[in-house]
Order: sequence, then C-alpha cells, then structure tokens
Amino acid sequence: MTHSMNNNDLLTIAGKSYRSRLLVGTGKYKDLAETRLAIEASGAEIVTVAVRRTNIGQNPDEPNLLDVITPDKYTILPNTAGCYTAEDAVRTCRLARELLGGHNLVKLEVLGDQKTLYPDMEETLKAMKTLISDGFDVMVYCNDDPIAAKKLEDMGACAIMPLGSLIGSGLGILNPHNIRIIMESANIPVLVDAGVGTASDAAIAMEMGCEAVLMNTAIAAAKDPVLMASAMRKAIEAGREAYLAGRMPRKKYASASSPMNGLID
Amino acid sequence: MQKNMQIQVNGASQTLPENASLADLVALLELTGKRIAIEVNAEIVPRSQHSSTLLQADDQVEIVHAIGGG
Repeated sequence: MTHSMNNNDLLTIAGKSYRSRLLVGTGKYKDLAETRLAIEASGAEIVTVAVRRTNIGQNPDEPNLLDVITPDKYTILPNTAGCYTAEDAVRTCRLARELLGGHNLVKLEVLGDQKTLYPDMEETLKAMKTLISDGFDVMVYCNDDPIAAKKLEDMGACAIMPLGSLIGSGLGILNPHNIRIIMESANIPVLVDAGVGTASDAAIAMEMGCEAVLMNTAIAAAKDPVLMASAMRKAIEAGREAYLAGRMPRKKYASASSPMNGLID
Repeated sequence: MQKNMQIQVNGASQTLPENASLADLVALLELTGKRIAIEVNAEIVPRSQHSSTLLQADDQVEIVHAIGGG
C-alpha cells in the first residue's frame, strides 16, 4: 500500500474519525440480509436510517434494522427524510435521539415537494437553528447554492451535503462548479449527497476534493447491489487517491511518453 | 371491576385498563426491549420514564423505530 492511502487520511465528522469516505443508506433493499451484505461490501462506517411509526400488532418477532446494522459497529445517522416542515424534521431528530440512546448526530433534510425531493432551504435553515440550540450535530442535505451552504456552516453544521442531482435520480453531479465553490469557502466537510448513479460519479466527486459521498439508490437499485457496493468502495478510494495525488495538467496537444533519442534508423 | 379506557396509538384506537403505564402499553404490544422511541401527546417520554408514566384516556401515543432510508 502506498503512502497516499495511509491510515492518517481520515474523515472527521463531529469529532469522530472514519477510515471510509463512503456513507450509505439502508433504503430500497430487497431484505435485511441484502442490506447487511451490501453495507459490508461498501466498507461504510456511517449508515443512514429513517424513523417511522412501528407497525402495531404485526410480526413482533420481525428483525429490526438496528439488530442487523448495529450501533456498536456502525455510526447510525438518522435522517429526516419525508419531512416537509422544520417542525416535523426537529420532531424526527428528537425521536431519533431517544431511539438511539442520546446520540446527537443527525442528517437534516427538509424537502420541498414530492416530485423533486428538492431541499426547502427556508425550512432547512429554520430547523437547523432549533437543532443546534438543542445540542444536535447536524449534517445537512442542501441545494448546491454556495450562499445557503455558507449560512448552514455559520449556523454550526458539522457537514454540508449538497445534492449532485435529485435524490434517487442517478444523474450524477450536474453542477460541479457550484460544488467546487462551496468547497472553496467551507471549513467543514463537504459531501455530495444524492444523485450518484454509478462508480464513476462517486470517483468524480472525490477527485473534485469532496470529503466523502453519501448514496443509497445507486447501490440498492443496481442489478447486483452487493457488487455495486464493492465498486463504490473502490471508486471512492480511487477518487480520493487521485485527488491527493494531484492530476496532471490538461494539455491541448500530445506529449510523447517515450523518449525521442535512441530511435532506430 | 377493572375499567377500560381508549387511547390512540400510531393513529389507531387501543383499549387499555385505566391507570395503565406506558410500560404496560409497550408490554401489551410485545415491544418490550425493542429499539423504539415514544411520544405521548407530542412529548418524548424517555425510556427510563416508561414505567412511571401513567396514560390517560384519549392520549395520543406515537411509537417509532428505525427502518431503511437514505
């Protein structure tokens, strides 16, 4: 192993360091067995979950997600998916904290409409204010607006997570220029959250200098989710190494790789 | 004779004996020891207070757990 992937290249979020720069969701899998296998293959250490009403009176012995993806092995990142108001998002975060025994790290997302699942930044900023005063460590899903991102950082976010493209769309990173501008001014980790479709999208995000990538559908909706999880792990590592290595400058014309002297006549 | 009361659990009616505690409800629903979080009338009741929290008729109880999500 070369020095670029040494053990000192860690992702730090809310004071905790991680070796993996791939964060994964647990939605849309066929069953819990597939969820577990895909997450193991991804190498992820931070795993998102949703909080929902317990089905009363149905299969009390049904295994719980947290029995498979256990909080002692993974950092559980509860999300506020499905929340369209700051109030609902804050309520969900408080329930998640109780559910996870006082754990303060949450992924805030307040959505604007069901068709785009685009973030509603006005409600996101409102929720952010309450969550910070309530002692949460907040990773925020946001649009790729550098001004909104700066506001979230100033309010005390522990990570900014602009979308690459719409949640579950698999369209990749549609506005890399904005993500670059956000990264230039940020002093906290910037992650691409949403939009990754395949391994090259993840590698591009990392080559740009993103600290990490969060994805769910790209793995869960692949024909072979476990194999795609492995591909994503490699893409994230490759992209990170390429970023650290520093790419060659782009040139307009050819530049021979083999020396010109000593050519046979 | 034991009197009963009606409460709402996750939006559905539930019959409980009067003076039942939140822990009694959790036991009735076979959720004891499960990873859940509970609100009564939109206020979170910490796990440590489930036994000491008595339910009243018409209380709105929400019980949640973690499921797959991104």
